Amino acid sequence: PQRLIVLLAIALAILHQDFWDSDALVFGFMPIGLFYHACYSLAAVCLWALTIKIAWPRHIEDWAEGG
Amino acid sequence: MQTLAAGPPPPVTPLVVIAIYLGLLLALALFSAKLFRGTSTDYFVASRSIGPFMLLMSVFGTTMTAFALVGSTGKAFQRGVGTYGLMASSSGLIHAACFFLIGIKLWAFGKRYGYVTQIQFFRDRYESNRLGYLLFPILVGLVIPYLLIGVLGAGKTIAGVTKGMFPETFAATGGSVPSWLTGLVICMVVLAYVFSGGSRAAAWANTFQTLVFMCMGLLAFYLISTKLGGLAKAIEAANGAHLVRTPSELEVASKAGTFTREVGVPSWMFLTYMFIPLSVGMFPHLFQHWLTARSAKSFRLTVIAHPLCIMIVWVPCVLIGLWATAAFAGGIEGTKPAALNKVIGGLPDANVGAVLSLMVKGLIGDPVVVGLVTAGILAAIMSSLDSQFLCLGTIFTNDIVLHRTGKNRFSDKQVVLIARSFVVAIVILTYLISLRGGNVFDLAVWSFSGFASLTPLVFAALYWRGATKMGAYASVVAAMGTWLYFFAQSGWGGEYTVFGGVMPVALSFGAGALAMLLVSALTPKPSQATIDKFFPKF
Repeated sequence: PQRLIVLLAIALAILHQDFWDSDALVFGFMPIGLFYHACYSLAAVCLWALTIKIAWPRHIEDWAEGG
Repeated sequence: MQTLAAGPPPPVTPLVVIAIYLGLLLALALFSAKLFRGTSTDYFVASRSIGPFMLLMSVFGTTMTAFALVGSTGKAFQRGVGTYGLMASSSGLIHAACFFLIGIKLWAFGKRYGYVTQIQFFRDRYESNRLGYLLFPILVGLVIPYLLIGVLGAGKTIAGVTKGMFPETFAATGGSVPSWLTGLVICMVVLAYVFSGGSRAAAWANTFQTLVFMCMGLLAFYLISTKLGGLAKAIEAANGAHLVRTPSELEVASKAGTFTREVGVPSWMFLTYMFIPLSVGMFPHLFQHWLTARSAKSFRLTVIAHPLCIMIVWVPCVLIGLWATAAFAGGIEGTKPAALNKVIGGLPDANVGAVLSLMVKGLIGDPVVVGLVTAGILAAIMSSLDSQFLCLGTIFTNDIVLHRTGKNRFSDKQVVLIARSFVVAIVILTYLISLRGGNVFDLAVWSFSGFASLTPLVFAALYWRGATKMGAYASVVAAMGTWLYFFAQSGWGGEYTVFGGVMPVALSFGAGALAMLLVSALTPKPSQATIDKFFPKF
């Protein structure tokens, strides 16, 4: 799971560079460049939700309590 | 800030609204101070008892400075739609990554070994007392300009809002409340609750402040869009060059003469700006907030919701900035007074931060709304100030005084008293430095770059068993040396890139990482006891 998350994070970091110059508007008010990055923010939310679901350090709580 | 119109003194209503906000903040924070348990652990890290929602609000509020409202609007007005990708969406990914990869582990070490500062962790992990003395002046030196940005930013904000309000009392400043008075009030309010309640009061205050600045940003967005005839009409009037990221040039006629503004974001800048958000991995005030968490599970909401919170604040502000670019096209419609187009259209790059308040004052004009939005800006400023004052008091107390005298030299109550004394001293020092004035806003990106350059130090400490004491020294010296070189090249502040758009932080971060790798590979490894201590199986 940890490697999957790392790969997804790298993919997301690459996608941030939005290699794709148009003043087209999404929903009639949002420039497409802004819409892309707003969707990107939501993708980041999904990535971290998945991370917590499958790659959470399960024993960290118990370990920290024993100090 | 420039005036929109001459005439009778404007009503003091905005100032009353701001005073009510400060009163509410003080009442809430002083109420939370009643929960103070009297121990040093409670003063420094709220007895590690902060739950998920307050952790999210205090971490997000501390991370977002006034730049989140006024800077985002101004930058979008200056550079266009690329601003959101440049500063916000990358932060959503990288901040959350730092919270997950660095914050949770440091919380666990802090809870198990009783750390309350970064330097305590680094001293143990790298088996070096002297590393603390190397890091201490660097961390303090990078936080001080960050503090000044807040105090001076508050002064400028209030001066703009109260322009002409007190023509007799404050004749020297054109009738606006002078910056020294605003700075004094802000510092006293923050000091009152940080002094009395420490980290717990700061967490409560940050929660309130974060909710205030998020709501006020949305309020400004709704009211301005309504005045402009709706979302679609507002964006249709915007300047076309600002709706794409491709770099272009724009002739701007300002009071000082005509100049050329670079619109858009060059590709190399867009790529290397991604190093800036790494700064949250080394902010000492954020480290302290991480340690206040009740459990590792408290981090879950912060990690997931942080990108969402950034989006809620930044998308509306970027759109307001884009709407203001209509001043370069057909003109901002529905303006009141008509001079708004001329004032906004002629703003020099150094003053683009005034766009949000100019849009609010010029389009809405309602003094209550002006007061509410200004309160939101102050909330964003103060939610960072309190944590920074507290963290400096904490590291002075723990990393210098207690480290040199020994933990048992003072009683717990005396430790709290020492910390409070340092907090008072830091607030006074910051206020006195702020009286010198000057433009420190350009220092923000350099302060962030400095912290980001040190990130290899914390990442190696947590994830590389082979990271050595000498590697740590080399990393700090190489990163800070490179950072200092480019800082000097820039003329000690301001936007500066190398090799056609590369942000210097990419090079100083690279220098720090490379030095850590090379020197650690060539020097003796940490002891087995240290490796066992810091590389458990979670």
